[in-house]
Amino acid sequence: MSYSIQIINLLASILLLIAFAMLSQRRILSLINLFALQGLVLSLSTFVVAYSTDQRHLYYSAWLTLLLKVLVLPWLLHRLIRKLNVKWDVETLINIPTTMLVGIGLVIFAFNLAAPISQLSESITRGLIGIALASVLLSLLMMLTRRKAVPQVVGFLAMENGLFFAATSATHGMPLVVELGIALDVLVATFIFGIFFFQIRETFDSLDIRHMEKLKDD
Amino acid sequence: MIDLQLLALLLIPLTGGLLLAAFGSRSWAAELNSLMSFCTFIAAVVLAMRVIDSGPQVAFNEEFFIDQFNVFLVALTAFVAFTTSLFSRPYMRIEQHHGKLTTPMLHLYYSMYQMFTLAMLVALTSNNMGIIWVAMEAATLTTVLLVSLYRTPASIEAAWKYFILCGVGIALALFGTILLYFAAERVLGEGGTALLWTHLNRVKGSLEPTVLKLAFVFLLVGYGTKIGLVPLHSWLPDAHAEGPTPVSAVLSGLLLNVALCAVMRSKVLVDGSLGTHFAGNLMMGFGLLSVVVAALFLSRQKDIKRMFAYSSIEHMGLITFAFGMGGPVATFAAMLHMTVHSLTKSAIFFAVGHAVQKAGTQQMENIRGMMQVSTTVGWGLMLGTLAILGMPPFGVFASEFLIITTAMHDYPWTTPFLLIALGIAFAAIFGKVQPIVFGETTARRLPHQPALIPVFAHLLLVLILGLYMPPYLANWYRQAAALLGG
Repeated sequence: MSYSIQIINLLASILLLIAFAMLSQRRILSLINLFALQGLVLSLSTFVVAYSTDQRHLYYSAWLTLLLKVLVLPWLLHRLIRKLNVKWDVETLINIPTTMLVGIGLVIFAFNLAAPISQLSESITRGLIGIALASVLLSLLMMLTRRKAVPQVVGFLAMENGLFFAATSATHGMPLVVELGIALDVLVATFIFGIFFFQIRETFDSLDIRHMEKLKDD
Repeated sequence: MIDLQLLALLLIPLTGGLLLAAFGSRSWAAELNSLMSFCTFIAAVVLAMRVIDSGPQVAFNEEFFIDQFNVFLVALTAFVAFTTSLFSRPYMRIEQHHGKLTTPMLHLYYSMYQMFTLAMLVALTSNNMGIIWVAMEAATLTTVLLVSLYRTPASIEAAWKYFILCGVGIALALFGTILLYFAAERVLGEGGTALLWTHLNRVKGSLEPTVLKLAFVFLLVGYGTKIGLVPLHSWLPDAHAEGPTPVSAVLSGLLLNVALCAVMRSKVLVDGSLGTHFAGNLMMGFGLLSVVVAALFLSRQKDIKRMFAYSSIEHMGLITFAFGMGGPVATFAAMLHMTVHSLTKSAIFFAVGHAVQKAGTQQMENIRGMMQVSTTVGWGLMLGTLAILGMPPFGVFASEFLIITTAMHDYPWTTPFLLIALGIAFAAIFGKVQPIVFGETTARRLPHQPALIPVFAHLLLVLILGLYMPPYLANWYRQAAALLGG
């Protein structure tokens, strides 16, 4: 029992580490690989929670995570960046040291916010809700700082990973029907994002969203 | 029986979506779209009458819950979706004639229109807070490609913004839902029932208050992005201005209401659990801020659809504020305002749509003399504007009057803000619409007869609601207000 708690805590810290790595990663290809790795850690931690609490439906969601977030979504993203010819794109316009400092601030904020809740948790993984919230906020920060469309979408998907981690670690998973619905939404969203990449490229000749800051109130 | 009625309500738009996905490029797709929307409306009326007669019901293993509050929104949604489909039939044909749309685009539009209706109806009737979230996200997904339907740079930018901002917002709402489940699981046990609203409502007194407080903040910020509450509103004017007008009408008239319904469901739980007015106060704050900021932005607008989008932010703020105040009168007024705002705003968008087609631009300084071109478009626009600005005898006056008098009584410090904001909004909108309606024209003739019956049907209903509230309806709203803890 105590082993599984330690394993989950370890995986949680790896998850947070990956969130920071994504925040500082400039290359699109590496970003997608990090996202797949995050999905793998997520699915492993779900397996461990499922094993230690003996929850049948958590096994399903662990397999679902493995399938969707480690195989299908990264494969889709790889295909997209190959087709769009942005595989070796590098984002130059982000100030990484400042972003990291803001990120650390966000982690402290998230831990503080979650502290009273962690006290209440009777589940084996108390305290992990802070880490989950931190990785959600870090992904949000990543979306805000990026100026290219693909990294923004990876940030969006990473945010969903953080939310999923919150659901499995703090509550032993949402009801299966809800999880299936969420998975479906994420999958459809990725397809639509893919359609958008092509529309944006066709219209602006680039996937740089700095071209898309024309709509303003004047 | 209730199962069957609900099934009909949800299956009709689903069938419609699938049929139109198959046959959306045929010449009769617009008629099929209207027919399916009409059938959905009939199903909604049947369901509403049933619920009003025999009270709140659960269906399908408690996965769905229908009470007087959400059935009112179901009926309103189905009605406006139907009239909008009537309007969109000639409107989209004219757009096609002008070369702005192609048949594949229309194909996408028709099937997504039905799917969007389905997503909203599921979000309204679901009893499961998790499924409500899934359906809200699905509503974004079905409309995002419609916002970029014209494939212009501006429309793609607007759709991207809509997608990203609402995606982030809705993710925060999911975190709120997880926290809610976290609190509920401790009381209701693990498994499917801990997210069912009816169960949560039964045990709300024993839910952990600290968790619920935090959950509500996330839920309000998340769904508030969808409602268009300031400062989370920046996607809304863009999406409304750049998308096709029927989409602006349903986004403004319906989707914002559906998001607000989800917030209200959470508010009932949270304030019930805390025994304080925490959720209500937050809603009042966001609502008041939205009213004031949107009013200030109105006078700076040059694009007519953008201006009315800001007006939607203002009115959604007012409704959120009224729901936040709570109490039987304010809740009643908020529901009345929801009704009249949906009807009036969609009517305005219909009239604006045709005016823009005639003038060939959305820039207000180039749209002139609508009365000369077509008295119906001119009058539709003028009367719609007067109605939305809260002129008596229209229904918006009645609901705004109720909201402001309640605010004066319960929270007197808010009244000057509300009154000044409404005054600014009046000056801004009326000053801009007046030369559009009167004055010398530069407009052209349209290749198809525009559909203005929905405009006047909506305005007539708003007028009737302002002059005489049928006891049946008043009773319905009162019951719903009582359910919301008013």
